Amino acid sequence: MNRFDYLRAADIPEAVRQGAGEHVAFLAGGTNLIDLMKESVERPRELVDINRLPLRDITEMPDGSLRLGALVTNADTAYDDRVASRYPLLSSAILAGASPQLRNAATNGGNLNQRTRCVYFYDVQTPCNIRSPLLGCCAFGGVYRYNAIRGSSPEWIATHPSDMCVALAALSAVVRVTGPEGDRAIPFEDYHRLPGDEPWRDNTLKPGELVTSIDLPAEGFAQNYTYLKLRDRLSYAFALVSVAVAMRLEEGRIAEVRIALGGVAHKPWRRPQAEEAMRNEQPGRQVFERASEALLEGAVGQGENDFKIPLARKAILRALSQAAAGTPQSQTDKRIA
Amino acid sequence: MDAFAKVGIGTPLPRVDGVDKVTGRARYAAEYALPDLLYGVAVPSRIAKGRITGIDDALARQVPGVVEVLTHENRPSEAWFNRSWKDELDIPGEPFKALHDEKILFAGQPVALVLAETFEAARYASTLVQVSYEEEAHNVDFQASLAEKFEPSKKRSSFQPPKNRGDAGAAFTRSEVKVDAEYHLATEHHNPMEMHATTVEWHGEGKITVYDKTQGSQGVQSFLASAFGFSKSDVRVVNAYVGGAFGSGLRPQWQVQVATLAAKHMKRSVRVVMTRQQMFTHAHRPECTMSIRLGADSSGKLNAVITDATTSTSRFEDNMEDIVIWGMMNYASPNAMGTYAIAPRDTYTSADMRAPGAATGMTLFEIAMDELAYAARVDPLELRMINYSEVDAMNGTPFTSKALREAYREGAARFGWERRSPEPRSMKEGRELIGWGMATGMWDAMFSKTSASAKLSANGHLEVACATSDIGTGTYTVMALVAADTLGLPPEQITARLGDSSLPTSPVEGGSWAAASSGAAVQLACQSVAKKLLKAADKVEGRPLGGASLDEVVFADGRITLKSDAGKSVGVIEAMRAAELAVIEEEETASSGISGLVSMARKSRNTHSAIFCEVRVDEELGQVRVTRIVNAVAAGRIINPKTARSQILGGVVMGIGMALHEETFADKKLGRWMNHNLAEYHVPAHADVEAIDVIFVDEHDPEVTPLGVKGVGEIGIVGTAAAVANAIYHATGKRIRSLPITIDRLME
Ligand SMILES: Cc1cc2nc3c(=O)[nH]c(=O)nc-3n(C[C@H](O)[C@H](O)[C@H](O)COP(=O)(O)OP(=O)(O)OC[C@H]3O[C@@H](n4cnc5c(N)ncnc54)[C@H](O)[C@@H]3O)c2cc1C
Repeated sequence: MNRFDYLRAADIPEAVRQGAGEHVAFLAGGTNLIDLMKESVERPRELVDINRLPLRDITEMPDGSLRLGALVTNADTAYDDRVASRYPLLSSAILAGASPQLRNAATNGGNLNQRTRCVYFYDVQTPCNIRSPLLGCCAFGGVYRYNAIRGSSPEWIATHPSDMCVALAALSAVVRVTGPEGDRAIPFEDYHRLPGDEPWRDNTLKPGELVTSIDLPAEGFAQNYTYLKLRDRLSYAFALVSVAVAMRLEEGRIAEVRIALGGVAHKPWRRPQAEEAMRNEQPGRQVFERASEALLEGAVGQGENDFKIPLARKAILRALSQAAAGTPQSQTDKRIA
Repeated sequence: MDAFAKVGIGTPLPRVDGVDKVTGRARYAAEYALPDLLYGVAVPSRIAKGRITGIDDALARQVPGVVEVLTHENRPSEAWFNRSWKDELDIPGEPFKALHDEKILFAGQPVALVLAETFEAARYASTLVQVSYEEEAHNVDFQASLAEKFEPSKKRSSFQPPKNRGDAGAAFTRSEVKVDAEYHLATEHHNPMEMHATTVEWHGEGKITVYDKTQGSQGVQSFLASAFGFSKSDVRVVNAYVGGAFGSGLRPQWQVQVATLAAKHMKRSVRVVMTRQQMFTHAHRPECTMSIRLGADSSGKLNAVITDATTSTSRFEDNMEDIVIWGMMNYASPNAMGTYAIAPRDTYTSADMRAPGAATGMTLFEIAMDELAYAARVDPLELRMINYSEVDAMNGTPFTSKALREAYREGAARFGWERRSPEPRSMKEGRELIGWGMATGMWDAMFSKTSASAKLSANGHLEVACATSDIGTGTYTVMALVAADTLGLPPEQITARLGDSSLPTSPVEGGSWAAASSGAAVQLACQSVAKKLLKAADKVEGRPLGGASLDEVVFADGRITLKSDAGKSVGVIEAMRAAELAVIEEEETASSGISGLVSMARKSRNTHSAIFCEVRVDEELGQVRVTRIVNAVAAGRIINPKTARSQILGGVVMGIGMALHEETFADKKLGRWMNHNLAEYHVPAHADVEAIDVIFVDEHDPEVTPLGVKGVGEIGIVGTAAAVANAIYHATGKRIRSLPITIDRLME
């Protein structure tokens, strides 16, 4: 193992102090970071263990929002009564991911910051732009099945693997962070970033910034929602394509809808225009088809992952009809609703 | 526990090693703690083909705790001739010799072994070794390798060449109903739970004990002695527990080579454990392409079977499997023909993986048979009955037994096959299309000369021993059961020992012959003990058995009892005491004998199975659920119904994986496997496995092997993937001829 210093932060200010500097990583559940360190993909010189920080609570806020501490585990979040009843979309998305053992260890902050699962990123004997900037990308034209359908340059091919984040995107959550320059609240759509010319940067956290919580706005879309995940086996595999839908119906019409896609891009994929266009429409095949067209506009495959485009199209249609009918996809019964 | 009073062959006995396994008492190759142990971590080759031009280990050597970096430049001497590197499987070609020279034959090949006082130091230092290469053009793409396919002149000794009959080409042309298609199976890696590992204990003066993950301790013993210049008697190999292997442990893998080299070089004990990624740098099931042409009359009766297959091998060895013979043997077509070739690529040599050849060839053939059923508009099960062959149709020999008809009947009845609606896409529930498919399985019933010992102590404790292996299959339990059956002792009084080269001779564990072979040897050894014990019983005061002969008594409940008078008996301990015996110890060898060899020449010996499968498919989204499988198996006598059932369950689950999940992806440019971990190399998860029903059909066959046992380790996977693929066709009307059937293939 690469040598590193292990520090344990006693409180948030200390974590921020310890987190400043280069080659520092915060350690939460470790289910992603430790794996990557074992593979020599990540080589932090300092590991700041944040598990003692007081970020393990789920708190109801005066404005009706629900605050999820960064260190609450994925399992505790999914099974929390308030989350399960008010934000069942989030519970469902979390339960669609990983395995019970992993969800028991993984934290909300860690989930947000997990790295891509591109097979090249994980194999240090292959060049990878994300792992070592400027080495080039092998996935482009290589084993591409799992990769993105947004954009057609090597920079754009890694996908963000999280299920939870797809739901958070649809719920328009807010990420609260603290750091050397103080506290910030980052709207979810601005938290993860598109690769641009810095494909190795997954998100907009500044050096040393620590996620303290994820705030869920009061509107939880508990009646009409779904998380539909399609993968290579019925459980315990990353999404080829996933769809989170949060919908509010009023008198049979769509008062509001949010659609986020997983497995297709560098970040959970939303198209506000597609959502806007559905407002005041009656749920139905044509409306859903228009939405899927708009969401997938400009999508391109690279051969091996071409199937993701029709798959995503059908998944969007199915997810929208599941949500509109109030028959969300179960994550325990693998039969698709 | 009344049933346990009569424990014997046929008793569903829980694994005798179960508690040791779940409590951690069972030790695996990497778990032997030794003083002064060195840890070795291999540096894998980045390139797929070429040569090493330089190794810079200066940085690695600076890491505290590192004692040596072993490479082809500083390794100790080893055998020069290829024949000294041959293992029991005897694959033609040049066996792979780790750290032997500068040649790179495949990506991930070990090019250096870093040795350190701690695992952590060795692992870290291994990342600091700088290797430079001169690269040569490589090819790991199977489709591209087909341009170089060939039929090797020197064939693997186990290879059974297809025997053609009639004029299949002409008969096919004439046939009213035809199937003519190409089928494909992806590369699969074995991925047993336990990674390959070796701990070499250095005793000094050239003596070593090698704890190795292998399916054959004595094979590894001979190999190490001849390749590395040890005297055979100075090498003891122990594989008391093996965490699965599926064939990956049939040949000595590179970890045992480098660990032994290192121990010899350092004169110290050494451990080397492969990482999961490194598990993708050796054995794998060959990729296969198979063209199948079937010709039949309008009733579905076959008159032509033509199969042409190619499987992958490496550039340095010619591995062959029996791919094309299965359909030719199983079905009564008057005309049949098969051709087979192999295609080299720049990977490690492909290897036997659970039911090698049949799992591929019979499975793909059974998809073609399903196509024929639809083409001829005959029920798929009926089609099998129409073409049923009482004899081995390829060799023209009768079977020692073949209860396949019964397997079809019992399987179909349990499944409810008669309620199937014949048309594809005709069964639906909610959004899901329902499909019912079936297939046939076939495998060899083999027997290998094996020795065993039995040692009865004065306190009534019995130890039976044989150098065979238990790779999770239940051999310990089988040996204990056969011993219990023969000497009438409760299993608690019996210890079975195996997995040690110092025990009585046994071949490598594979081919499903272990239970039949080691079981027969244990029975013989126990029978010899029984003879002596009966003599000893004669010394008991009053001679209650009155000098009865072996066939006049029964051994049960720890006693010897007269058949004619249940009131007259002698206890085992009583007999030992009366004869003043501390132990009775016997060793026997079970071999086919003259009559067995004659029978082998005249008769075919096979297991058979009938698999029925239900799938539910959400067609739009390409989601397949395998909701029900019935596998009816005809495998002769079942020694332990409990562990035998587990073997079939495991085979069926692996068959589901073959049908839907397992596939190793290569990057053609880089020449390496890319999804080399269990997150991305998919095997079925719990959610993918629903109801599996196993039936053992009655099959009385005293001729096939001494115990009438045929073996069940492999038959469970054969044909299962075809049953799944055929069910998917029935559900959706989509014929997918390339396995695994992943979402993208289903959506094409
Ligand atoms: C085999 C396997 C299968 C999986 N399958 C799925 C799946 O199907 N779907 C899915 O969504 N996920 C899946 N996961 C990923 C899993 O959800 C993540 O590993 C987990 O959420 C990471 O959380 P953690 O607390 O363990 O993070 P860590 O591993 O501790 O950290 C991950 C990253 O986040 C950073 N970090 C952690 N906390 C903070 C913080 N508070 N502020 C700033 N940075 C922080 C760390 O520095 C590190 O860079 C899988 C993982 C594995 C190993």
